[in-house]
Amino acid sequence: MRKFLLKRALMLPLVALGVTFLLFSLTGLLPPEMRASIYMQDQRELTPEVMRELIRIHRLDAPMIVRYGSWLKNLVKGDLGYSETARMPVTSAIKTYLSATLELTLFAIIPIFFIGTRLGTISAVKKDKWPDQLTRLLAITGYSLPTFVFGLLALMFFYGWLGVLGPGRYSFETDLLIHSGAFKSYTGLLTIDSLLNFKFGVFIDAVKHLLLPAGVLCFGSVAMLIRITRTSMLEELNKDYVRTARAKGLKQSYVIAAHVRRNAMIPVITLVSLQFVRLLGGVVITETVFDFPGIGRWGVKAAQQLDLAGVMGFSLMSALLFVLANTISDVLYAVMDPRIRYGE
Amino acid sequence: MFDERTMKRFSNSKASIFGLGLIAAYLLLALFAPFIAKPRGQDPYQMPQAGYSSEPQKPSPEKIFGTTESQYDLFYGVVWGARTAFKIGAAVIFVALAAGLIIGGLAGYYGGWADESAMRLTDIILAFPGIVLAVVIVAMLGPGIEKVIFAIAAVSWPAYARLFRGDILTVKKQDFVTASRLMGAGDFWIFTRHILPNSIYPVVVVASLDIGSVVLTAAALSFLGLGAPAGYADWGQLVAMSRNWILGSAGSPFAYWHTLLIPGGAIFLFVLAWNLLGDAFRDVLDPRQQ
Repeated sequence: MRKFLLKRALMLPLVALGVTFLLFSLTGLLPPEMRASIYMQDQRELTPEVMRELIRIHRLDAPMIVRYGSWLKNLVKGDLGYSETARMPVTSAIKTYLSATLELTLFAIIPIFFIGTRLGTISAVKKDKWPDQLTRLLAITGYSLPTFVFGLLALMFFYGWLGVLGPGRYSFETDLLIHSGAFKSYTGLLTIDSLLNFKFGVFIDAVKHLLLPAGVLCFGSVAMLIRITRTSMLEELNKDYVRTARAKGLKQSYVIAAHVRRNAMIPVITLVSLQFVRLLGGVVITETVFDFPGIGRWGVKAAQQLDLAGVMGFSLMSALLFVLANTISDVLYAVMDPRIRYGE
Repeated sequence: MFDERTMKRFSNSKASIFGLGLIAAYLLLALFAPFIAKPRGQDPYQMPQAGYSSEPQKPSPEKIFGTTESQYDLFYGVVWGARTAFKIGAAVIFVALAAGLIIGGLAGYYGGWADESAMRLTDIILAFPGIVLAVVIVAMLGPGIEKVIFAIAAVSWPAYARLFRGDILTVKKQDFVTASRLMGAGDFWIFTRHILPNSIYPVVVVASLDIGSVVLTAAALSFLGLGAPAGYADWGQLVAMSRNWILGSAGSPFAYWHTLLIPGGAIFLFVLAWNLLGDAFRDVLDPRQQ
């Protein structure tokens, strides 16, 4: 076990290094003048003389491996350049936007977990009967309907027709209030900060703006969890111990709750952290549709306007979170299932 | 893999037949696009514009799906969009599968450092959420259909390489491979005559069923403004054009419903068809569910 954990811990920085190298080599597709911008804190100072100077200092016309080295040195120092689209240094942009994205994913992952495991269980127990058929229909609709179409439909109904639940992260009044100085930011998560500040109006406003994007994310991602729970439950239901328990005279509902679900949940729990990661991909589109100021919307804007420093910061951040969550998922799997002892 | 019993189970599933029928319908639409929606300009993929006003027109007898923003004809866009979808889907799968087979094949067959370096490369690419890396690549290359194809293929091949490598590792250990080697067969012979025929089908099936999700990703890139160039017949772009009109006009909130529902429905049914087919295959081939 310890050996496995150690191996995974050592893999982490290696993959991270590989990720930085891959991203940097992608910038090799651009001309040196373009690449100069990722070294600038403020693009307005990027005059032709400065550009030439930058190319000379950072040896932008040098072989890639040399350039990679100097870029990596800045990265380690925490200097990722200046993001034009965010109008702030990349590190501050990540800090600002990540909390919004985190809040959104948290609001999506909790219903995903409960709805997904519940529907997956029902689907397995009632295999091929109508609850199963209905759940599978819901699931296949969920992963066939593009997030951006569903999101726009939701806006059309709730915002266009009913006039509630608009885009953005908060209303204009809330914006004034939280930037007034009377509002202290503790966590960056608006729903928690508003409660800590005893501003219940802000809390309700924040929840209202989270409902639609979180709902859309949930609908698109819950299908995967339903399917995994269903397969896992079906596999367990066919095992001998279930027949034994039933033969002892135990009620079907008790057998399922006390025996089957527990065993079936092992792969499911580990997948929840993977689900979290999938959501990080999903927010790219959802945040753009709902104009939600998170890391995904920033990344897309940066990509559209070729804000190179922004694109690099956004993709680096996503990849690191992704790798971290994958590792956690692997470790959870090993911890939860005593039969799994990687390489021992 | 495709014995009689499997095929029978497959054809008994109503969902898979429905999916297959839908795909056939889309294929016909794509094949006969020049007859169904006659191209007027030089480039048939460029959607014709009926005027210069930005406000979409409602469906009418002469324009059965109406027009979207900037007067692009929706019927034309949906029909030629089917062609774009198949073009992107097939090209991505072809490129990604070829790369996956070559890299996964070399890694699995030769093992050692070839395997190690190939697998670490897949680790790094799989360290990104697919859409994020695709967004980065398209941002660097600029918009255009070929660039979208390249970007999606670049993020898809590692999955195929890993699957193929795994299958090769199992086949490689079989007795008939050892027997062939003892008889003096060379690497190329063993690989093409013994290993390939016994390991290539799963990855080919998996890859071809991915066409739905490839088209979904391409549509998402176009929606984000990073895919098809302006006016190109592409479902994702048509959905993006509806964004300014979803609130309707004063007093009638659903005035421009067609700009979203028609192209959105086209993507949904296309992806649904491939998913139905994929689900049916998985159910039929999963030994735990028999």
